[in-house]
Amino acid sequence: MQVSSVAFHLDGSIAALFIVLGLGSMVARQMYASLRFFMWQAIALTLSALVLAASLQAINLLWVAIITFVTKVIAVPLVLRWAAGAEVYGRREVDQVIGIPTTVLAAAMLALLGWFAVAPTLPLLQGVPFAPLNLPTGLIMVLWGAFTVAIRRESVAQLMGLLLMENGAFFGSIAIVHNLTVIAEIAAAVDVPIVALVIGLLIRNIRRVTGSTRVSELDRLHER
Amino acid sequence: MNADWLPALILLLPLAGALLSVPRQDFAPYVSLVAALGTLALSIVAALWVTANGTLHGGPIFALDPLGALYLLPVSFVYCTSSLYAIGYLWARRQEQRENESPPRYRQYFPLMNVFALVILAVPLLANLALMWIAIELTTVFSAFLVAYEDRAEALEAAWKYVALTSMGAMIALLGVLLLYYATHAAGTPPTWAGLLAAAPRIPGPLLLLAFVLWLIGFGAKAGLVPMHTWLPDAHSQAPASVCAVLSGVETSAALYMILRLFPILASNPQIHDPAAWYLVLGLITVGSAAFLLLQVHDFKRMFAYSTIEHMGIILTACGLGAAAHESGTVYQLFAHGFTKSLCFFAAGLAGIVFGTQEIAKVRGLISRAPLVGWALVLGTLAIAGAPPFALFLSEFEILRSGYGSGQYLATGLLTLFIALAFIALTYQSTRIAFGKPEDTVRGPAIRLPRSSLLALIIAFVPVFLFGFYLPPPLTHLVQEAAHMLELTK
Repeated sequence: MQVSSVAFHLDGSIAALFIVLGLGSMVARQMYASLRFFMWQAIALTLSALVLAASLQAINLLWVAIITFVTKVIAVPLVLRWAAGAEVYGRREVDQVIGIPTTVLAAAMLALLGWFAVAPTLPLLQGVPFAPLNLPTGLIMVLWGAFTVAIRRESVAQLMGLLLMENGAFFGSIAIVHNLTVIAEIAAAVDVPIVALVIGLLIRNIRRVTGSTRVSELDRLHER
Repeated sequence: MNADWLPALILLLPLAGALLSVPRQDFAPYVSLVAALGTLALSIVAALWVTANGTLHGGPIFALDPLGALYLLPVSFVYCTSSLYAIGYLWARRQEQRENESPPRYRQYFPLMNVFALVILAVPLLANLALMWIAIELTTVFSAFLVAYEDRAEALEAAWKYVALTSMGAMIALLGVLLLYYATHAAGTPPTWAGLLAAAPRIPGPLLLLAFVLWLIGFGAKAGLVPMHTWLPDAHSQAPASVCAVLSGVETSAALYMILRLFPILASNPQIHDPAAWYLVLGLITVGSAAFLLLQVHDFKRMFAYSTIEHMGIILTACGLGAAAHESGTVYQLFAHGFTKSLCFFAAGLAGIVFGTQEIAKVRGLISRAPLVGWALVLGTLAIAGAPPFALFLSEFEILRSGYGSGQYLATGLLTLFIALAFIALTYQSTRIAFGKPEDTVRGPAIRLPRSSLLALIIAFVPVFLFGFYLPPPLTHLVQEAAHMLELTK
């Protein structure tokens, strides 16, 4: 499939932006800043889907772009404002197990790991011109998201990690799968806000019962 | 006979149960029970249809093959017995906890349980890989508040660990699912199990391996495979017993079902060498860890949770041992685990009501306090540990026999050792609970156990006992067909 070099450059720039915004969300010291980085990253994901839709003439990706924008840029922040507004919008500091320099170092190592994991498969992906850009970027973001969940002590901040993982999975997948059935696209669109809503409600309940959203304080259950 | 409508109808009943149980709290338990009974009846009809005619296609969205049908039966059975059990059990728990500041979420229980059952039932019924992933993801979403039902700090902690770990797993699995989606598209086959199997020999080996590893980590977290198992004992110690029965009996095995189904696909690919080794190693690590954890357990609901981890490991190991272990081993263990584990949690839930605690050290003499519950706990523990004449004895014996028969002495020897350790730990703990002199520290004798829960206990025991020595001919045929689906090799 012939794809213009402009589209490659554009998608490459978006991938770089996607990585930078992901890193921003990982190292942000305030909850609201972390959410804003996530929203901008979702916009980058939308733009990548639009570039791929235009280059590959894949109408389904246009739907993916619309669904991504509506669910992640509009619905998820609204749901979070309703379910855990005080935690997200209250200028709360993010509490992490490790400092920012160590986080950045670990992120670099995870990026290398993600690249080496996916590199052998890239020459094998026939007819998917954007895969060498999107697939490693997506896998790296999935690893960064998982790392974010692991190092943060607050439930809302951990939720940001889960949302980063979701962005990563979609960023990688739009390059290799642009023919999902409509029913799967609709289901995926509904899934994201439902997950955010349920986790948001759980966070609200944790705060109501324990007086805090610090999951590090939830350590009553263990084997003696 | 045209049965295209069956899969959709099976899913419509729990949906109707959920919608109808929202407005009237007093009718909700009975509406749920009727929906569950209907689902069980339709699932049996669907399984019989599959036994007689092969894969049941319900338009482009649904496809039920023999392995799916064999998994559908314990799901609908446990949904049914759990609905019956919950009627009295939740009420008894509610009475017990009236003094608590935060009352349990009784109003939300039945709508959530019906939707939870719906998404588990959808896993074997759906045809499309992406939709299956969504169904698995939604099982976490809809069961989170069932785990946090009692609204205490411990229950919320358990729910948070459950959601965080399994959602992380789901995101990792999503990439694996979409890589396989691409593989089927590139091969010109539909993104279904059949399409994936047809495409398997042509999928590039490194691509399939990467997808499998992501799939194994992602769904493995949900199935409770070691080292991603940490959510499981916490969730099971805090959730109501009626939820544990579903979580442990059939929800964890939904994720394992996804991992098992990838085995023939890996085995059909000429570039993947020895896919069984992955299953064998991860399976043995899981069984071994669970066996040692069982030796130091202090809470009887956590004990059954570790036993679930052990069983997930046994099933995975059996799959790794190869074709000879599949028939009465892998698929029968998957089938029988659901029934047996639900019986164990039903007994454990009632024992919790009798004693007012789950601490093994504080409970003695269950048989003298509540004979039916005590014997159910002892027999359920023997059954889950793999003692004869119960259903799981057949599968575990067959797994070990075929393992030794095929000359895999080291793996089978380790499996035998771990199963024996788990057996000793489980029977030792359950006999301590059931027999012995009751302590003064526990609740007094005036406990009236709910009749619906006792009835569910008796019903749950029937297949555990019956399928240990008798399988109806259609079910035997279904087990053989399901096992055949795992046996495809290069």
